[in-house]
Amino acid sequence: MENILEVKDLHISFDTYAGQVRAIRGVNFDLKPGETLAIVGESGSGKSVTSRSIMRLLASNANVDNGEILFKGEDLVKKSEKEMQKIRGSEIAMIFQDPMTSLNPTQKIGKQIAEPIIKHQAVSKEEAYKKAEELLRLVGIPNPEKRMKQYPHQFSGGQRQRIVIAIALGCNPDILIADEPTTALDVTIQAQILELMKELQHKIKTSIIFITHDLGVVANVADRVAVMYAGKFVEVGTVDEIFYNPQHPYTWGLLSSMPTLETSGYLYAIPGTPPDLLNPPKGDAFAPRSEYALKVDTMYEPPLFKVSDTHFAATWLLHPDAPKVTPPAEIVARQSGFRTKQLQIQPSDDLSQMSGQDLEGPQDKNNLSVDELTTDRDGKGEANEPRY
Amino acid sequence: MKSYTKYLGKRVLYMILTLFLIASITFFLMKLLPGTPYSNQDKLSEEQIFIMNEKYGLNEPIIVQYGIYLLGLVTGDLGTSFQFNNTPVAELLSSRIAPSAQIGIQAVVVGTILGIVLGVISAMKQGTWVDTTATLTAILGRSIPNFVFAVLLQLIFGVWLGWFPIALWSGFASSILPSIALAISPLADSARFMRTEMVDVLSSDYVELAKAKGLSKWEVAFKHGIRNALIPLVTLLGPMAVALMTGSMVVENIFAIPGIGEQFVKSILTNDYPTIMGVTMLYSLLLVSVILLVDVLYGIIDPRIRVATEGGE
Repeated sequence: MENILEVKDLHISFDTYAGQVRAIRGVNFDLKPGETLAIVGESGSGKSVTSRSIMRLLASNANVDNGEILFKGEDLVKKSEKEMQKIRGSEIAMIFQDPMTSLNPTQKIGKQIAEPIIKHQAVSKEEAYKKAEELLRLVGIPNPEKRMKQYPHQFSGGQRQRIVIAIALGCNPDILIADEPTTALDVTIQAQILELMKELQHKIKTSIIFITHDLGVVANVADRVAVMYAGKFVEVGTVDEIFYNPQHPYTWGLLSSMPTLETSGYLYAIPGTPPDLLNPPKGDAFAPRSEYALKVDTMYEPPLFKVSDTHFAATWLLHPDAPKVTPPAEIVARQSGFRTKQLQIQPSDDLSQMSGQDLEGPQDKNNLSVDELTTDRDGKGEANEPRY
Repeated sequence: MKSYTKYLGKRVLYMILTLFLIASITFFLMKLLPGTPYSNQDKLSEEQIFIMNEKYGLNEPIIVQYGIYLLGLVTGDLGTSFQFNNTPVAELLSSRIAPSAQIGIQAVVVGTILGIVLGVISAMKQGTWVDTTATLTAILGRSIPNFVFAVLLQLIFGVWLGWFPIALWSGFASSILPSIALAISPLADSARFMRTEMVDVLSSDYVELAKAKGLSKWEVAFKHGIRNALIPLVTLLGPMAVALMTGSMVVENIFAIPGIGEQFVKSILTNDYPTIMGVTMLYSLLLVSVILLVDVLYGIIDPRIRVATEGGE
C-alpha cells in the first residue's frame, strides 16, 4: 500500500542563546494508511519535535535545516502557513498530553468540537453542532445533547481527553498524531482511552502516530515501533520485533527498566543522562551510557543495519565483524521466545546513506578493523556500570 | 440561579456593613482633626461660638453627635454644609457629581479599551518593534503622574494648537483633555497587564490545540485568547477605579472642573464636617459598588467562578 506519510532525512535545530540545539538529526520513517506507529524515547529525545514538525507547529526559533515531510506526496516543509491551516485539523489532527489544560476553560465544549468542522467543511452551524453531538456520543460521553452546553471544568480528566479526541476526529483526519495522550491520566482511565482510540481507528481508518515514553502503552496500541534517542531513530521494527528481538543496547536498556511480573529486587535504570544536543557527540550518541559500547562507537556513527525487512537498528553490534555480546538476561529471555529468523545482517543501502553523512573521515564502514570493534569497557571504567 | 441571588444578597449585606464601618471610622477620625469650622475664630466671642455650635449640634457629646449622624445617614440626610450658606450636602454633591462621573467614566472606558488593544497587539507581535514601542508607552504612561500630563495637554492642545479649552467646564469639548489626562494611567496599567496575560495564554495548551484545529494566529487570539486573558484584568479594575477617583482631585483642580474632587479638597481645608462625611460616603459607596460589579463581571467572563458561587450552598 502507498505510504500516506514519508519523512526523509529530517534535520531540525533550535536557535537558543547558548547556540544551536540540534534536536532532530536525520529522521526517516514512513506511515501506511490505517497503521499505528509508536515513537518511544525518553524526554528530550525529539519525539514531540518530530510530531510537531509534521503539523508545522514548532516554536518560532525552530528551523527545519534539511529534509522532506511528504504527506500524500506533497512536501509539508514547503507549504505556506495558509496551506498548512487547511491541513491542520482536517487532514492531520493532533491529541495533546494534558486534557486538563488543552480545552479552553471559557468556551462550551460543543462550540469547541464544532469549531474545526465549521472551519474546514462547507456545513451550516446547525449541521456542525449535530456532528459535534454525534462525535461526543462516539467517544462515549453520555447525554451528549446536554453535555454540549457545558464547560470543560464540568468534566473529569478522562472525559476531557475523550472530548479532545472528538475534536481531533471532527474532520475524519488521515493522520492522527497523539502526543502522549495517556501520560496525564491514571492507569484505569489510560486503558479506557487506549481502548477507545483502537476502536475509533477501526471505525475511521486513520493512521496514528503515537508518541509515548510508556512501553506498556506501546505494546497495547502499536503496529510498528520506532525507538528514538538524541534526535535519531536508533531502532525501528514491528511491535514483536522490538519487544522480543531488540537489537540496540538502548532498546535493551528501555525494556530492562520496565517492571514486569517477574521483576524482583532492583529495577534496572539506564545510567547517565542523554547527550547535550548543543554539541552532539561524535559517533554513537548512546555509547557513553552503554556497557556494550565498542571503540568504533566513539568514532563513527553506526548506520541502520537491516535485521529483517521491517526491522532496522543503528548499532555497530550488528556489524558482521563485531564481537558477539550477550544482552542482559532479561533480553535473552525475551529473545528466546521470538522465533528467530535467519538474521541477514547488512547495512541497508538506502537507510545507511543518511547517517553516513554524519560520519567523518573516509573510512569504509564495512571494512573496519577488528581492533576498532573490540569493546572498550576497560578504557571507560566504572562510569559505564549501571548505577542504582 | 436561586443560590446566586442569595449570594448577591449576602454581598449587598456585606456592602452595607462595610459602609457603616467606614462612616464610623471617618466620623471619629474627623473629630480628631485640629481646628474648628470657624475661619475667623479670633473675632468671634465665646457666646457667638456657643450659639453656632448649638445650631449645628456641635455642643452635644461626640457619641450623641455620632448617633444623630448615623440616624441622618439611614434616612438619607447628609446634613447641611457649614461652608456654603447652609446648602444641604446632598444637593451640593449632586450638582457636582455629573462632571466628575463624566470624565471618570470616559477615562476608564477609553483607557482600558485602548490599553487592552495595545496589550493584545504587543503580545501578538512579541519581540518586534511594535511590542517595544507599546511597552515603552506603557512605562511612560505609568511613571509620569497625571497632573504632569494634564499640564502638557493644556500647553499643547489648549495653548499652542487652541483645539480645546484650557481650563473651563462647558460641554463635551472641555471634558476631552481632562479625560485623556486621567485615562493615561489605566491605559498603561491595562496594556502592561494585558500583554503579560496574553503572552501567558498564547503559550497555553488550549491555544496550541486551537492552532492544531487549523485556526489562524488572529482567529486563535480572538476566539481563545482575549477572553481568557481578560479574567485577571478584571481584578485590576477595582484598584484602577480607586486610583481614578483620588487622581481626579488634582486633575479637576487643574482643569477647573466643578467636580467632587475639588469639593473634597475645599471641605477638608475648612473643617466642613458634613461635606467631608458626605464625600467620603459617596466615594465609599462607589468603591464597594465597583468591587461588587467586578465580582459579577468575573462570573460573566469565567464560567468556573459562576458555578463555584452557584454551588456555594
